[in-house]
Amino acid sequence: MVTTFEELIARDERIEPRDEMPEGYRKTLIRQIAQHAHSEIIGMQPEGSWITRAPSLKRKAILLAKVQDEAGHGLYLYGAAETLGVSREELLDALHEGRQRYSSIFNYPTPTWADVGAIGWLVDGAAIVNQVPLCRCSYGPYARAMVRICKEESFHQRQGFELLYTLAHGTPEQRRMAQEAVDRWYWPSLMMFGPPDAESTHSARSMAWKIKRHSNDELRQRFVDMIVPQAEVLGLTLPDPDLRWNPERGHYDYGPIDWEEFKRVLAGDGPCNAERMAHRRKAHEDGAWVREAAEAYASKAAGKGGRAAA
Amino acid sequence: MTEPVEGTGKHGNPLNSLAIGDDCLVLSHRLAEWITWAPTLEEEVALANLSLDLLGQARALLSRHGDEDELAYLRDPGEFRNCLLVEQPNGDFAHTVVRHLLYTAFLFELYGGHPEDEVAAKGVKEIAYHRDYARVWTLRLGLGTEESHRRMTAALADLWPYTGELFEDDPGLRAPWDAFVGGTLREASLAVPETGQRTGGRRGEHTEHLAALLAEMQSLHREHPGARW
Repeated sequence: MVTTFEELIARDERIEPRDEMPEGYRKTLIRQIAQHAHSEIIGMQPEGSWITRAPSLKRKAILLAKVQDEAGHGLYLYGAAETLGVSREELLDALHEGRQRYSSIFNYPTPTWADVGAIGWLVDGAAIVNQVPLCRCSYGPYARAMVRICKEESFHQRQGFELLYTLAHGTPEQRRMAQEAVDRWYWPSLMMFGPPDAESTHSARSMAWKIKRHSNDELRQRFVDMIVPQAEVLGLTLPDPDLRWNPERGHYDYGPIDWEEFKRVLAGDGPCNAERMAHRRKAHEDGAWVREAAEAYASKAAGKGGRAAA
Repeated sequence: MTEPVEGTGKHGNPLNSLAIGDDCLVLSHRLAEWITWAPTLEEEVALANLSLDLLGQARALLSRHGDEDELAYLRDPGEFRNCLLVEQPNGDFAHTVVRHLLYTAFLFELYGGHPEDEVAAKGVKEIAYHRDYARVWTLRLGLGTEESHRRMTAALADLWPYTGELFEDDPGLRAPWDAFVGGTLREASLAVPETGQRTGGRRGEHTEHLAALLAEMQSLHREHPGARW
């Protein structure tokens, strides 16, 4: 008995790599998973630059492990994309040539150590709100990768919160550093949920295919409702004068988002777009001779009658 | 800071935990500098792993001599006791692989001779993996392409002068190290270079690279005296 794609989706079952699927579904998933994978590896840069300056050995170990997790997430996600018939090499080329995107959030700079905490608390926090529903995404390999990733992300968010808490309760300079980092990252983190529902181009189809389960605005609201009480515990202020509890809606109201800035950064004119891409391309180019040598060695070893390429 | 009483290894000396702690701290830092610059995503994960292992060993060893953060962040270059090899810059991936092979082949023998030392006994298992990682990459790069072979030859010539210092405290480790390193290089078609030798790290006389490394590593901590992180 053949079960069609539509039947599987209607029954809320998972689509697996060998199942038939519409070309649009496959393409949408490749685009989304690749963007997610690229975001993991570009996202290593803003925090990675603080590993060598981490102010205690314990924080250094935590940050190293976090950035390592991000590389690991990149590996799972490129692996999930490969089940759709596209290689990691092709996807990296698309990133390096600017044909595929990564999350705009990583085009903002990290001028102080407190930015590492703000990224953990707000950016990883927003990522979790976005990603938890993806654990129920209709495409099996993506959903399973997300289960693993979400567990690690929630750990990162707690670590970021704890880093900021320590600063907020430290010296006056540390406290100021923490507040300024939150001021920098609050609005960009709200933009991570994408444009308002009315303007979101891919949303309706992705919802019908059960790739996406909630609208951008629903998820953004969920995030705001989560962080307001956390900011109170931190003793830091969220830089939004319109932020207040609305008892009728049962949610926090928040002020208007500057979508012009969002579009500018998305179009490549953010503070760090050029640096992030130049860094990534240089790392890739500098590593070319290593990858070539490893391939040459592996094929020579295979040629010698299967001596393992170790 | 008081020197704790330590056991002695099979060569009769206690593990020099300050010097080895500094080695691990500095080499961990060098490997962490690779993050976001590695040649493949697999190597991003692997180099971070190696860095984390060494950082863990550094913290355990340095804690025997006082507060780990005071020791890492508030000493000046002349107070560090690490060997010169580990402070040498990353260079290209060949230099990093060669440095890791030369150093971890030494640390493996050193730890192996100190089963009475908790950090060494646990660390030897981690370092066995490090040594193997470096060996496998030495083979790949030594035998891979002409370019990779040329880069490995250059890296060996640059780093070999810092190998003699490793055996100053314990000359008995030289023979097993020679056997492993020499065997690996032979298998990778690489020659042992003939170079002079430089020492001084264990006495606090460092190459200029250590001061630059510490200036970066210690910058934030020193900007905020007495702060908690």
